[in-house]
Amino acid sequence: MISTLSTILQPKGQRIERVGDIKLVKGTTLVKRGFAHMQKHGVIMDVTNVEQAQIAEEAGAVAVMVLDKLPYDVRKEGGVARTAGLKIIEEILDHVTIPVMAKCRIGHTYEAKVLEAIGVDMIDESEVLTPADEERHIWKWDFTTPFVCGARDLGEALRRIEEGASMIRTKGEPGTGNVAEAIRHIRIVNAEINRVKSIYEAGDEQELIKVARELRVSYEILVETARLGRLPVVNFAAGGIATPADAALMMSLGCDGIFVGSGIFKSSDPKQRAQAIVLATTFYDDPSIVAEAQKMIDEKKSMVGLDIKSLELKMQERGID
Amino acid sequence: MRELVIGVLGFQGDIEEHITISKLALKELQFNGRVIIVKKNCDLEALNGLIIPGGESTVMGRLSIFNQTITIMKEKIREGMPVMGTCSGLIMLASRVYDRVVGETNQPTLGVLDVVVERNAFGRQRESFEVDLDIPIIGEKKFRGVFIRAPIVREVGPNVQVLSKLNDSIIAVQQGNIIGTAFHPELTNDSRLHQYFIKIVAEAST
Repeated sequence: MISTLSTILQPKGQRIERVGDIKLVKGTTLVKRGFAHMQKHGVIMDVTNVEQAQIAEEAGAVAVMVLDKLPYDVRKEGGVARTAGLKIIEEILDHVTIPVMAKCRIGHTYEAKVLEAIGVDMIDESEVLTPADEERHIWKWDFTTPFVCGARDLGEALRRIEEGASMIRTKGEPGTGNVAEAIRHIRIVNAEINRVKSIYEAGDEQELIKVARELRVSYEILVETARLGRLPVVNFAAGGIATPADAALMMSLGCDGIFVGSGIFKSSDPKQRAQAIVLATTFYDDPSIVAEAQKMIDEKKSMVGLDIKSLELKMQERGID
Repeated sequence: MRELVIGVLGFQGDIEEHITISKLALKELQFNGRVIIVKKNCDLEALNGLIIPGGESTVMGRLSIFNQTITIMKEKIREGMPVMGTCSGLIMLASRVYDRVVGETNQPTLGVLDVVVERNAFGRQRESFEVDLDIPIIGEKKFRGVFIRAPIVREVGPNVQVLSKLNDSIIAVQQGNIIGTAFHPELTNDSRLHQYFIKIVAEAST
């Protein structure tokens, strides 16, 4: 049984369809979060065209994430980064059997609406693209399609879940090939969960309300998180994962799965690297298999990484409220 | 009663949910047993029964080829080890698989269940749904079926028993000790299907 605590009683994204005497309910919290649960222990790969999507599927990706440009190129080219071309997304939808996800800008309800209309399986309201609304994220309860959002700490994660996100990922620092920020973010989330869990177990409700106010989240969702000892939705690692060992490390820190952005198709050995990261994600608890995976790639072919301190644009600072 | 060991194939998917509900089923049946994660070939040795979880069948298929786990699973199932597959687990068990949009998928499967399965048969994620099902073999009370990008069984062989249908679509089957469902009983807290499977496991291990 998975947690289905919702902020609102009758989400607009929930639809009832009758076929004869049978009543089908679509877009329920269980169906949306359940989809994310099916991705667990898997690797979701960023792709920009059909060819890359097919390489990803063949290599064992659990889903593909379609963008116009890989995060590394977004960084390099600057300008406004928007959702990918719909024709490319549709072409990918027609050519792979695994789920197809796509990114939209933070707060851009209509980019999300068009992605839902063409049948994308999950929408990533992503800081990799240029935010469209500085004040608000999308109200994701209005959608039948589930959403994933990035978070750097527990407050961000729970605020996104209260807006209707069905899955969370660390923000890390996208397009850098540097796993350091993703590690920092998952450690922060884990430490904060441990803290609220111990307050909950001590039965100190007053302190829990104080923490809820600090994090700007509801008391209910904080209690649910403390009771579960984890986020109420699936939590993936993202933002800077470039090698099998990076993926294995993130899994060992308690992530439910892995997003790889520029790491695969910005390397010069994408096929082998994609397979190797899948292998390392599943067998992260067996260092000999992770070593085998790490041998499948050539470090000289890894994407050139970026030092976080030298960055002009920190994508992780977008959409934090 | 001897301790039953139920394994959940641990490559990818909602492994933990199957572990939780299998433990609940064991408790409700008052059976002595434990549930383990199966990732390596040696994990298969001690098993009395295997569950293949929901997830992506292409990923599980690919990871099953690594170390040839697929061959050993197939042997054990052919020798009579009970197995239950939900959603992608059903696809892994099927003898033939195709995708609604893409067509033939040429993905590795165990091929031990004599059925033809259409993947993503209800459509994409926005068409995923919950519905009350009739599954007579586990009792009269309705079972809440959670269908996520679910497959449909399009053809069944002569030895396959249909356990449940949604309108005219076959969504749960049994062939001897093999059970396949298109939906996810592990996403609810109704453990009746898991209990039904574990009873088969207990019978096969006496």
